[in-house]
Amino acid sequence: MGFTLSNQQQLLSKMATGNGHGENSPYFDGWKAYDSDPFHVTKNPNGVIQMGLAENEMCFDLIQEWVLNNPEASICTAAGVNEFKDIAIFQDYHGLPEFRNAVANFMGRVRGNRVTFDADRIVMSGGATGAHETIAFCLADPGDAFLVPVPYYPGFDRDLGWRTGVQLIPVACDSSNNFKVTRAALEAAYEKAQKANIRVKGLLITNPSNPLGTVLDRDTLRSLVTFINEKKIHLVCDEIYAATVFSQPSFISIAEIIEEDIECNRNLIHIVYSLSKDMGFPGFRVGIVYSYNDDVVNCARKMSSFGLVSTQTQHLIASMLSDNEFVERFIAQSAKRLKARHMRFTMELAQVGTSCLKSNGGLFVWMDLRRLLKEQTFEAEMVLWHTIIHEVKLNVSPGSSFHCPEPGWFRVCFANMDDKTMEIALSRIRNFVAQYKEPIAPRKNNRYWQSNLRLSFQSRRMDDIMMSPCMMSPHSPIPQSPLVRAT
Amino acid sequence: MHMLSRNATFNPHGQDSSYFLGWQEYEKNPYHEVHNTNGIIQMGLAENQLCFDLLESWLAKNPEAAAFKKNGESIFAELALFQDYHGLPAFKKAMVDFMAEIRGNKVTLDPNHLVLTAGATSANETFIFCLADPGEAVLIPTPYYPGFDRDLKWRTGVEIVPIHCTSSNGFQITETTLEEAYQEAEKRNLRVKGVLVTNPSNPLGTTMTRNELYLLLSFVEDKGIHLISDEIYSGTAFSSPSFISVMEVLKDRNCDKNSEVWQRVHVVYSLSKDLGLPGFRVGAIYSNDDMVVAAATKMSSFGLVSSQTQHLLSAMLSDKKLTKNYIAENHKRLKQRQKNLVSGLQKAGISCLNGNAGLFCWVDMRHLLRSNTFEAEMELWKKIVYEVHLNISPGSSCHCTEPGWFRVCFANLPERTLDLAMQRLKAFVGEYYNVPEVNGRSQSSHLSHSRGQSLTRKWVSRLSFDDRCSIHGR
Repeated sequence: MGFTLSNQQQLLSKMATGNGHGENSPYFDGWKAYDSDPFHVTKNPNGVIQMGLAENEMCFDLIQEWVLNNPEASICTAAGVNEFKDIAIFQDYHGLPEFRNAVANFMGRVRGNRVTFDADRIVMSGGATGAHETIAFCLADPGDAFLVPVPYYPGFDRDLGWRTGVQLIPVACDSSNNFKVTRAALEAAYEKAQKANIRVKGLLITNPSNPLGTVLDRDTLRSLVTFINEKKIHLVCDEIYAATVFSQPSFISIAEIIEEDIECNRNLIHIVYSLSKDMGFPGFRVGIVYSYNDDVVNCARKMSSFGLVSTQTQHLIASMLSDNEFVERFIAQSAKRLKARHMRFTMELAQVGTSCLKSNGGLFVWMDLRRLLKEQTFEAEMVLWHTIIHEVKLNVSPGSSFHCPEPGWFRVCFANMDDKTMEIALSRIRNFVAQYKEPIAPRKNNRYWQSNLRLSFQSRRMDDIMMSPCMMSPHSPIPQSPLVRAT
Repeated sequence: MHMLSRNATFNPHGQDSSYFLGWQEYEKNPYHEVHNTNGIIQMGLAENQLCFDLLESWLAKNPEAAAFKKNGESIFAELALFQDYHGLPAFKKAMVDFMAEIRGNKVTLDPNHLVLTAGATSANETFIFCLADPGEAVLIPTPYYPGFDRDLKWRTGVEIVPIHCTSSNGFQITETTLEEAYQEAEKRNLRVKGVLVTNPSNPLGTTMTRNELYLLLSFVEDKGIHLISDEIYSGTAFSSPSFISVMEVLKDRNCDKNSEVWQRVHVVYSLSKDLGLPGFRVGAIYSNDDMVVAAATKMSSFGLVSSQTQHLLSAMLSDKKLTKNYIAENHKRLKQRQKNLVSGLQKAGISCLNGNAGLFCWVDMRHLLRSNTFEAEMELWKKIVYEVHLNISPGSSCHCTEPGWFRVCFANLPERTLDLAMQRLKAFVGEYYNVPEVNGRSQSSHLSHSRGQSLTRKWVSRLSFDDRCSIHGR
């Protein structure tokens, strides 16, 4: 008896067969192009340079040095093996106490010790991805919504909405005021939800912002706190880029705001954190849910069973982040190097008349290429994007993938490459801008035109739904890495 | 409270069942052979602590894997950045090879059909998210692992309908019980999407017979539903009959890619039991269905395995000398340990289900119940926890339909502690039940509570002091 695809689909859940994961966008040309032709400084100098990956590779030398000097931090080295058994068997979802203490300590130091964090409120999760999903499961029921200012990280659609049934409602922001979140915009989004009979459970902000690279000022933060308290909804603050702020104005955490003279029900305040950006450890899957609400802490902790941090990793992190001398040095160096990289990048771009949103954090710039659009439409943005990928040979992320309401903005990452590669990327951009003084027109034989051009998703981990077995991973930043070849 | 979700406020995750209460009591008063000799001995934790020495000595001889090195070079940066949800290819290859080796190499598994997850907890939940919608159901034979109530139902909104197995046939699955469960689901208007079995079984400690597996395959084929086989204890099958994986039976029956049932049979695995590494959170989903693999891969984003751990274990499991030796030693030590437990129980006049796998025995204490009820089981359990100071798991927490069965773990404590536990149990049974039956009821029911308590306290402390000298350190 034959087995039709539709039969098969019926046997799977709607979740498995639907597109809630957001990865079925026809527009991952950038990743495909990079995959099939990845840049290498000697082996493939004309390849596509990956600038769509917000990863922090600026300070591995410091970390490697620390790891070398601290062999007991790894439970599997001769120096640490006597702890192997106890660590390997520890599966308590509270996590190793030393791990929680070290993370709380680190979070405090990243905020200049202006606030302290309670280790008992630190709950583990499978990366920030897991943290966001857990928070949504704790705070909202299927059909409920979170307000999110645009532009925002595309993965939120999946993290907060896929398996939870929660929806995201955009809060309009635009370049007229440098994409700041206004009270008016919040109210408008809230009203819209009310009218549509959608129950809003919370507001999600990312501070420092991805993709903008900016930090929220005190007044804005205070107005957000006032707003959520008035509406009696939650405030979820994704502070994953906290340590990437490299110049003024300083980063102000929500943890600081609620300590100030402001009326706030603390049960509404939650922070999502991770070591993926600040330390450059996305592979270690260290996500954190930090809530001021005891019930949320308890629930999230139980849910953390679905994504605990490997105790081998907990142990390493505990050692590393309780080394205060190292931590202080790391934070300072990281900021310094990011600042230098950012400055070089933006200055070079400015010299060829290309501006970026003024930013002081994150691992990317929010580049303004509106003047290169033939018309101010997303179709034109797509055309420009394809040109950048296939002719300039840079994989950058178009603003539409971040739900940006204005066409012409691109997120360009700069912290995931060495100096040499960055110079090459810059020269390509310089040449491109010089060449294309006119807006980019669509190509005649453009097979990239589709009826629905809006990108729904641009991920840190994009993939074909039907992957071919031998396909090289698009997600590893170093395609020639021995890790992606099975030995 | 209305500020949170239904998930947060409802309690289907069963974390307050007696299974966990026993743990809590243990936590308050844990046994220690020096500092707390009257404390509660933990026998409710299915952990494998018997073979760490093998892993530790391997680590001592192979420092590279642990020090983020490969071929002498530091790969720290590459590892730290590696977040690809397809997993480290070398690790997946090593995992499927290890799984095949456990199955006597009677099957070959494709690493591209393996999805890594943060423990079997995550693997099981992910499977349910992929295979069922909220309000649908899976059938599970009782008794089953209490954690399933959380892992399979909580956030998925899916129901569990039990397949009632009884001691009349060693708790095996039959055609009748399968059918009855299916009918029960229909009566409750629940659409059944699959059957989930644990093989080797937790809590029974037995492997499924070939017959049972054939039965299951026919059943799921007939109903057009899925079969998930949680084979997390596959490496703990220490004596005959050998472990038979559902994958092997598929092969036996010449079910290949063209048969309908091929794509509806899935396996869950983990290194938590076989290798004793629950802290490392290494789980896996194996499916022949490309769509399931694709969906599960994306879902694994919510719980990936740390690349640091993948790298270490990839080196470890690729060492065939280690895996061969480990599998054999593991069997040997588990077999011996189980034998000790069984003989200790026998001396207390207690028998158990004939087990050949797992990290526990399914112990028959029906003859110690005041009445054939779950209330009596609870009463007995409380005595064993609070008075005998042993944490064991009552059958009711595993949804067993017959009162009087208990799961007792043997691989998570030193042998001398196991011996002590058996002595306590023997003394308890002796004091309470060493009286001829009167009017069909044990005289223990005539003992006053306070007398019973002081009796047990006396012999517990006596045991701990005197008998320690006679327990051989092994």
